[in-house]
Amino acid sequence: MAMAIRVFLSFLLFLSLTNLASSLYEDQVGLMDWHQQYIGKVKHAVFHTQKTGRKRVLVSTEENVVASLDLRHGEIFWRHVLGTNDVVDGIDIALGKYVITLSSGGSILRAWNLPDGQMVWESSLQGSKASKSILNIPKNLKSDKDDLILVFGKGCLHAISSIDGEVLWKKDFAGESIEVSHIIQSPEVIYVAGFVGSSKFYVYELDAKSGELLKNNHIALPFRTSGESLYVPDDKFLVLDDARSKIVTININNGDINYNQKQISDLVKDSSGQAVILPSRLPGLSALKINSQVLLIKVTNEGELAVVDKIDNTAAFSNALSISEDQHVFAFVQYEDNKIHLSIKDVNDWSRDLLKENLVIDHQRGNIEKIFINNYVRTDRSHGFRALMVMEDHSLLLVQQGEIVWSREDGLASVVDVTTSELPVEKEGVSVAKVEQNLFEWLKGHVLKLKGTLMIASPEDKIAIQKLRLGSSEKSKMTRDHNGFRKLLIVLTRAGKVFALHTGDGHIVWSITLNTLRKSEDCEHPVGLNIYQWQVPHHHALDENPSILVIGRCGPSLSAPTALSFLDAYTGKELNSLSLAHTVARVIPLPYTDSTEQRLHLIIDFNKHAHLYPRTPEASEILKHEFSNIYWYSVEADNGVIRGHALKSNCIHEVVDEYCFVFRDLWSIVFPSESEKIIATVTRKSNEVVHTQAKVMTDHDVMYKYISKNILFVANAAPKASGDIGTATPEEALLVIYIIDTVTGRILHRMTHQGCQGPVHAVFSENWVVYHYFNLRAHRHEMSVIEVYDQSRADNKDIWKFLLGKHNLTSPISSYYRPEISAKSQSYFFTHSVKAIEVTSTAKGITSKQLLIGTIGDQVLAVDKRFLDPRRTLNPSQAEKEEGIIPLTDSLPIISQSYITHSLKVEGLRGIVTVPAKLESTSLVFAYGVDLFFTQIAPSRTYDSLTEDFNYALLLLTIVALVAALFITYVLSERKDLQEKWR
Amino acid sequence: MTLFRSILAVTLFLTFFITLSPAFQSDELLLDDEEFGLEGGRPQSRPSPNIATTTTTPTRKRIPDSASDSKIQFTLEHAFGDSDFSEAGNFSARLKTWSHGAQTLTKLRFSRDAFTAVEKNKFQELLKGDDFYRIRLPSNVLSPPGREYIVSSVKARCLAGDGLEEHFVIHTEGVNILAVNYGAPGACPYPRQLKLPAKWSFKSHTLLKNTEQAPRTPIFTEEVLGGEGIEGELIKPPERSFWAKYWMYVIPLGLIVMNAVTQAMNMPEEQAGGQGGAPQQPGTAVQRGTNPGVRRR
Repeated sequence: MAMAIRVFLSFLLFLSLTNLASSLYEDQVGLMDWHQQYIGKVKHAVFHTQKTGRKRVLVSTEENVVASLDLRHGEIFWRHVLGTNDVVDGIDIALGKYVITLSSGGSILRAWNLPDGQMVWESSLQGSKASKSILNIPKNLKSDKDDLILVFGKGCLHAISSIDGEVLWKKDFAGESIEVSHIIQSPEVIYVAGFVGSSKFYVYELDAKSGELLKNNHIALPFRTSGESLYVPDDKFLVLDDARSKIVTININNGDINYNQKQISDLVKDSSGQAVILPSRLPGLSALKINSQVLLIKVTNEGELAVVDKIDNTAAFSNALSISEDQHVFAFVQYEDNKIHLSIKDVNDWSRDLLKENLVIDHQRGNIEKIFINNYVRTDRSHGFRALMVMEDHSLLLVQQGEIVWSREDGLASVVDVTTSELPVEKEGVSVAKVEQNLFEWLKGHVLKLKGTLMIASPEDKIAIQKLRLGSSEKSKMTRDHNGFRKLLIVLTRAGKVFALHTGDGHIVWSITLNTLRKSEDCEHPVGLNIYQWQVPHHHALDENPSILVIGRCGPSLSAPTALSFLDAYTGKELNSLSLAHTVARVIPLPYTDSTEQRLHLIIDFNKHAHLYPRTPEASEILKHEFSNIYWYSVEADNGVIRGHALKSNCIHEVVDEYCFVFRDLWSIVFPSESEKIIATVTRKSNEVVHTQAKVMTDHDVMYKYISKNILFVANAAPKASGDIGTATPEEALLVIYIIDTVTGRILHRMTHQGCQGPVHAVFSENWVVYHYFNLRAHRHEMSVIEVYDQSRADNKDIWKFLLGKHNLTSPISSYYRPEISAKSQSYFFTHSVKAIEVTSTAKGITSKQLLIGTIGDQVLAVDKRFLDPRRTLNPSQAEKEEGIIPLTDSLPIISQSYITHSLKVEGLRGIVTVPAKLESTSLVFAYGVDLFFTQIAPSRTYDSLTEDFNYALLLLTIVALVAALFITYVLSERKDLQEKWR
Repeated sequence: MTLFRSILAVTLFLTFFITLSPAFQSDELLLDDEEFGLEGGRPQSRPSPNIATTTTTPTRKRIPDSASDSKIQFTLEHAFGDSDFSEAGNFSARLKTWSHGAQTLTKLRFSRDAFTAVEKNKFQELLKGDDFYRIRLPSNVLSPPGREYIVSSVKARCLAGDGLEEHFVIHTEGVNILAVNYGAPGACPYPRQLKLPAKWSFKSHTLLKNTEQAPRTPIFTEEVLGGEGIEGELIKPPERSFWAKYWMYVIPLGLIVMNAVTQAMNMPEEQAGGQGGAPQQPGTAVQRGTNPGVRRR
């Protein structure tokens, strides 16, 4: 037993030694990495401005984040990222100290402590059917009373105590087939109102104490309604009819329901457009939007309607804010010839503006989509207002006194795709003064560092050293560096905005909202799809700027029209944009470039045509030359079919289109639909570099890697087991793995994991694939590796063959060879479930690889590829140990030092991108989700460079001291020699 | 009558026993499948079974002809470039039904129809244009074509060697065909040279392939760890020699000793020189004093 412990301990020691490379000292945090926190596009905002304490605003966002922001600076006090399926429906403040959120379609109610964001209680609300969810928290009650929170969700009305989240009573409306749209609370009774069908309006009256049904009343309208309704205090509802030509007021007075109707054309002369009721809650007023004009309609106590005002070119309306007992104000924003006006008016006193300000907002931010207002007391005791604005690009602005106090680029919380670009080359002729100053700074810095090394630095010096290290001006320079660490990360966000981030410190170099991806009349829901490097200038033409291709589509359906935009990577200017006549199903960057270094792209559309871009005769000529060598594949995941394609001929429309091609199917693989379903497909990265083709084994044998770019990994699960973990038994579950050549459609390797199921995350690199799945039998996650070796070249081992030139290593490799491959495979248990998986990539592919695993805890873990080696054995021989084979274990070790995100979390992690630096040892890693994180990693340590904090001063000092010592000893010895001679 | 009944009972028992066995030994099938059926390619001539099953693995169990075995056929169709598909040959295989309901294909045989004159012309055109020769198989052998046809293609120039040689690797899953790896056995790199086949008969190789089981994850329970410990005790590191163990101490020690010895050698000399005076002076003078002597002059 003692021996076992000793073996285990030595193994641990070994592990800790092997993984020192990726660990980090505390004072190195932030040297090479940066971390940015975002929240996403704000859906709801609630202000909390107590007299004492810090002023804050509580927001819930489309990324399912609940956050408390500092109202003065926009910083995050606290933040909670709920799961991707836990959509926030409502947020409010209860008892003045709890933040209440309703999420997951009205089934989870949580209370968070306002100052620090700790969860106080959580209630799970049961219901039978999906319905609209409403959160209703009374405003004016005293906080010492046991406040009721009313929640309607899943067809049930729940009354919940705000102190401990206990459900006090519940009333089920699932049987009544009512679409509940309003809950109105008064001290004793609760009114629940909604439509049954589209013309019957029901009102239920419930007892607030017990939830008992007191009264039930309804009215049948003689026409159909549009469904949307608005509650106007007190006791009135506004509805539009089906044709949106009549406005109906439903009045519920003491249990009687009656209605009035009025033609919209009576209210306004030009009522040609579609009328829409704006959902802003304004006491006694309602806002009706027709075209771009908004009518403000006053509802009198008798149910009469009167137009109070017409506002042109409005962008956003806020809810009403009560600033005193009977004073309610609201805000709206108007656009008028490139100017933005923010107006705040009293609901009852329409004549005067409480506030009218002109705003200057960068037009790159797009339109204002939402506005929330808050009041404060000015120094002269009058009311001041500040407005929180949500912009079209998902950014968040706080406006006060006509100025933007702070802004948050929350569009970066929803990154869709990432690419990189090199920075411009440093211009020659840097001014001397700058160099001198730099030299002085440089010396000063190194003297400080020397002090630190010799441990004679005072605490102030230490702070200065740390500041110097973190604020190194080198790393955020706008020019290319020798090591290739400085690059531009170009990210496309869901809002259709493109940002360029500097890898040094993460600042935004430029940003642009693409016109092709903005909401317009033709394009209701534009989505950004992909971003590609379009033109990367050659080393000889460095004065040209690289450019970027952005592909977007109108709406989520595949048949929506698409648009291309070409951007300058240095300035962010839109060079060109094309609205395509065809759709985009797939974009294939071809490995060919034209004379201006523009990369050829094939865009496959929905109607089985391939389109060549750029549309130049030169590109067409290049393609013609390589016409028969272009193959690609398509995966029909729903159908369970994978097909291979090749180009056939030009499209024949009315005229021959030179840039459009039809293609044919070369091969197909049909998976049996009753037993297999495609759940994941992965290919190799097209720009990956492989350094060696051969791998030398411990017995001096050579294995040749099967390296093909046209290789696809497919994971299929049994249809029964393609749901969540736990829905299938191990007997039903099955995971089948395929490695397929995509030129010929040959299955190179096929393997079944019994009793396993998805979700599968995989990464393909060189000749190996690593994938992660769940083993139902062992109740654990597993990671497997498959390494593919080429047997057809395996007999090239004899040195004489090389000498006599009889080897087949120089012969070209074709997919039409009959594949003779051997696959080695091994599985290991892995503790975490995985969100994303990537592999490091370096410039020449010499450095050993690390797997980057985005864990369920939103961190990025670096696992050495050596742990996922199929050749690991229980007792490796001495030779194998020397080669670096780790003794076989059943699970992969998770060493806390190898988290490259160290103590940080990349909340809502969605993807990891690795980019090689120019320096071979180093790989740049960018992880994105709600947060962004960037760092450099060196899987085999920085063997080819000195570390950034290498002390040159100490080296210099040592050399000087050595030279001096040399000189002194020389003089001394000469003198001694002379004395000897005189003796 | 009783004899007949007992024979029946024995056969039933045997079939039951043998059909049950794969439930716990599924590897058996794979061995059976990995045999090549080599065809002469003569048209209409059904190959004799002894040619088709060239190798029989010794571990294979004898399966009696019972009702659970049935013979099925499915057709191979081909197309020249983008032409329509036409029949090109016939696959026949045995469909084995296991007691648990699963069905598998074994013993695949293939007979190819010879090219007609029209087809020869078409194929020559393909060769000239370096175009694709395409084949297809049904995705389900029981109800062809199943959901969809399995298509595969190869550049015609790859097939044309001395004769026409082709290779089918058919991936199956029960009665479903997933994919077929179709191609020539030899190398066929781009750019391909135009070469007409010497003779127009196909030499076909076929192989059925089923899925293989992934290796199980090694599970080390505590007993295994304990066992490892015992093992570790058993295999003690070989006793290293004294030198191998203590060289790092011995070498510095040796150096120190040597240093001390040389110093001790020098010391007596100097001391002797200082004390002894005259008799030994010339000796030292010879050693040290020659040069100064020369210079002093």
